[in-house]
Amino acid sequence: MPTVAMTVNAKSVSGEVETRTLLVEFVRDQLRLTGTHVGCDTSQCGACVVHVDGRAVKSCTMLAVQCDGASVTTIEGLAANGELHPMQAAFREHHGLQCGFCTPGMIMSAVDIVNRLGVPSEETIREELEGNICRCTGYHNIVKAIGAGARVMNGGT
Amino acid sequence: MYAFDYHRPSSVRQAANMLKSNGEAKLLAGGQTLIPTLKQRLAAPEVLIDLNGVEGLDVIELKGRTLHVGAMARHADVANSEVVKEAIPALAALAEGIGDPHVRHCGTIGGSVANNDPAADYPAALLALGATIHTNERKIGADEFFTGMFETALEDGEIITKITFPVPRRAAYSKFPNPASRYALVGVFVSKRGSEIRVAVTGAGADGVFRLPGFEDALSKRFAAKSLDGLTVDADDLNGDIHASAEYRAHLIGVMAKRAVAAA
Repeated sequence: MPTVAMTVNAKSVSGEVETRTLLVEFVRDQLRLTGTHVGCDTSQCGACVVHVDGRAVKSCTMLAVQCDGASVTTIEGLAANGELHPMQAAFREHHGLQCGFCTPGMIMSAVDIVNRLGVPSEETIREELEGNICRCTGYHNIVKAIGAGARVMNGGT
Repeated sequence: MYAFDYHRPSSVRQAANMLKSNGEAKLLAGGQTLIPTLKQRLAAPEVLIDLNGVEGLDVIELKGRTLHVGAMARHADVANSEVVKEAIPALAALAEGIGDPHVRHCGTIGGSVANNDPAADYPAALLALGATIHTNERKIGADEFFTGMFETALEDGEIITKITFPVPRRAAYSKFPNPASRYALVGVFVSKRGSEIRVAVTGAGADGVFRLPGFEDALSKRFAAKSLDGLTVDADDLNGDIHASAEYRAHLIGVMAKRAVAAA
């Protein structure tokens, strides 16, 4: 079996995988980072979104071997020094969740949106959430949380 | 997923050799179609050859009046490229409308074109813009390249390296997306370059992407949405499925074509 080595949440990790092991399987089953969820497993729901080399991707639609040498960030890698990331704090503040299953993917997507677009309009946020499905909230508070998180990430309050 | 061997070559030549020496090999580009297909066990290649380790396949540049887009350019790269937005804004807009942000971070133009999904967006752009598909062995005009549903003129062992587009004077793409998948239920790309008008339709054809000579003739008299009044498309050659009947798609082609002409 091939060995893969990558940086996950700023730590070097390695492991033996099958070539067909998905990135999300490696992250959850071998690294035991179970914050990244598998929702649909058909590349549609976005619950499994992580960042690979700085870009949001669906970790159920990428092989672990493809990420050999890559830098991966999962939801567990956002908080620093025991403090929630501003986007996590915004989701809590604005109650951008109900059951919470989609939340890790939503937050990873939200951080990616802000990294790319700064402080987007509400309309843009809704468009950008095309690849993230939430079956509880109706998205309203998620959109609100992302707008608030975006302002804090860009130096506002 | 069935088990497979995995290779990550660092050059096109190396990839081509691997492809030739492994009968049941598949190329992995962005993986946004291939990996879901493998997961559903709809394909069982013995070998995957990952093109992500090959450098220089994602270059986007304008040379004279020709836009060059590397085969491994991601949809997000094409959508956000200042060069593309300046040269062929309709192509950037098309890329921006594929899938969702995560898919656009991975999916590539070369992968989309090689797969020739009958509902994919890029084939319409290539056909309507009169693009050329460059492989490790030859150049293929878009008119010869798309040969049927999921079928192309690519031979075994051939790898797409880049797509070149002559810059049009006017162009636009109008798509009616399936609300769930975002694939085109019908998408129409129109372009005008000199006296040449091209209209290509994706999402609707029983054999994949196709041109509409009747629409092209009408538009070459006057390039205006009104020129398409009264023109119809025969539903017999179109796809009908749970998402839309062939007749509905025929109707949508007229609507999308007019919108595209108005926007071009």
